[in-house]
Amino acid sequence: MQPVVQLNNIQKIYDSGEVKVHAVRGVSTQILPGEFVALMGASGSGKSTLMNLLGCLDRPTSGTYLLDGVDVSGLNRDQLADIRNKKLGFVFQGFNLLSRTTALENTELPMLYGSRNLSRKTIHERAMHCLDIVGLSQRADHFPSQLSGGQQQRAAIARALVNEPQVLLADEPTGNLDTKTSIEVMGVFQKLNNEGITIVMVTHELDIARYCKRNIILRDGLIVSDVQIKDRLIAEEEIKHIKEQESAAKLTA
Amino acid sequence: MRIIATFIVAFGALRRNKMRSILTALGIIIGVGAVIAMVSIGDGAKSQVEAQVASLGQNIILVFAGSINSGGQRSGYGGAGTLTIKDAEAIKAEIRDIQAVSPEVVGGAQVFANGLNWGTRIRGESEDYLMIRQWPLSEGSMFTDQDVKSDAKVCIIGQTIVNNLFPEGDAVGKTIRIRNLPFKVLGILSSKGFSIQGNDQDDMVVIPYTSAMKRFSRQTYLAVVNVQAVPNASIPLVELDIANLLHARHHIAEGRDDDFNVRDQQEIADAATATTRTMTFLLGAIACVSLVVGGIGIMNIMLVSVTERTREIGIRMAVGAHGSDILTQFLIESVVLSLTGGLLGIAIGILTAKTLSHFNHWPTVISPSVSMIAFLFSGAVGVFFGYYPALKAARLDPIDALRFE
Repeated sequence: MQPVVQLNNIQKIYDSGEVKVHAVRGVSTQILPGEFVALMGASGSGKSTLMNLLGCLDRPTSGTYLLDGVDVSGLNRDQLADIRNKKLGFVFQGFNLLSRTTALENTELPMLYGSRNLSRKTIHERAMHCLDIVGLSQRADHFPSQLSGGQQQRAAIARALVNEPQVLLADEPTGNLDTKTSIEVMGVFQKLNNEGITIVMVTHELDIARYCKRNIILRDGLIVSDVQIKDRLIAEEEIKHIKEQESAAKLTA
Repeated sequence: MRIIATFIVAFGALRRNKMRSILTALGIIIGVGAVIAMVSIGDGAKSQVEAQVASLGQNIILVFAGSINSGGQRSGYGGAGTLTIKDAEAIKAEIRDIQAVSPEVVGGAQVFANGLNWGTRIRGESEDYLMIRQWPLSEGSMFTDQDVKSDAKVCIIGQTIVNNLFPEGDAVGKTIRIRNLPFKVLGILSSKGFSIQGNDQDDMVVIPYTSAMKRFSRQTYLAVVNVQAVPNASIPLVELDIANLLHARHHIAEGRDDDFNVRDQQEIADAATATTRTMTFLLGAIACVSLVVGGIGIMNIMLVSVTERTREIGIRMAVGAHGSDILTQFLIESVVLSLTGGLLGIAIGILTAKTLSHFNHWPTVISPSVSMIAFLFSGAVGVFFGYYPALKAARLDPIDALRFE
């Protein structure tokens, strides 16, 4: 099976005049279709830099990056933008939805910049379909300010899905959410992963990483650990568990 | 699709910031409004001057008595004393394409009637004078060629004379005394108001030139001969014919100075309109400055807008927007602002001009071409002042933009 992501000795050096910062010092790995990877590490470990490289927001100083078999390490700004649009979906820690723009319009956004000429109707239908997948179709016409954190992140996930990406990239997707909402969002990711979508997410929370299938740990710009999770948590069960505890404590009916 | 989507996005952004959009456009509205109003007023003044020049009469050629050089001493215009009634008659008789001639002598005198008196100018003219000047009478009739031939003591008076000597009105048929000679008032001139030079054109008495020469100036020469060519005549050709005729009559050898001057109305008109053209240009230039200031306002707001929406730009880039998409989006915003401002400015400028002309009785001329130019110029201002902020937005790095707080 062809890997979706193939990294060969990727290096990233930030040159700020006198000091050269070696953020990523030679990372080689591959991610196969259907994987669910958590990228972990302390701050300064290079995980954010690696995430930006994976997301085609930045270019490596050296090394090659094959995304879906295509070398993207030497592409220019516009070509990278097209790759991001067609092959990648982004979910951010701070949701990054456009304010004063409805959940539906936010979800439609990537299709406005696509090279495919989609009709107004198709765009609308696809956005509604993606909102339906994340369970937010009831609130399609709500503005981000009218949605809870978990709902905003669902809208962001819907936006990431709308162009049927090869990989879904999530940068600390649960960082701004409480425990229960975090697990709900992980539930959405697990559901998508079960349907065959490849997911790579950055997190520093160990218990969140346990919902993934594979954990990669970075330290000082190098991979120090790469393991498959055997006894991974299933979000649906955890939520059921929490609900039982809540009703026992008479928090909810 | 892409460009249509960009349009929708740009309009959406403007709609969401209504107050800011209106205030930004206000700079352009005032700028364009000022251009339109100022140029309208300037053009109005120009057309008024042109109308006044036209009121001097059509196709008029003035033959002035020139100066002579006697032993190194040069007299001023009219000093030659060589322009005579015979010259005027010769011009009328021999030059083709001439329809009217009025020899002119001018002097000042005190006039009396009803126990009142008034100092005014006395013009000696022929019976054709009013036709040449296209100056209708409001009452009575003009003296005839018989009156001219018989040096009759008859006159036509201007409105100012009526006001000062006949406060009760009813002047026609009455007698006024000019230097103790009684003159019968045959008619009253319609009011013409002030000339471009600021003279009261209604303050005069017109009498037959024969009378004026015999009874007042006691001179045998003329100051000016008013000549009117037929419509569509070639004025320069007629002027040349007059000059040649006078050369022959005055025995002026080739190379010697002329003792007369031939001028036409066009030269006078050109001088007068040049002044108002300068005024229009100045008013327009000042108004253009305010348009540029409006443009700087747009640039300022667009820069603020780009900074404020850095995160939005980052999000758009992350999901696949090219730099050119962002550039177009912000350019459309600034051009829409400036063009809307331009349209409203034209409306307000026209309204201002109309209001000014209504309350101050200033003539205004709204020119569609100036409105069109102002509109296009406001668009150009939008592109020019919107480009830098848009470029700044397009060049943002998506990672930095997404991290922007």
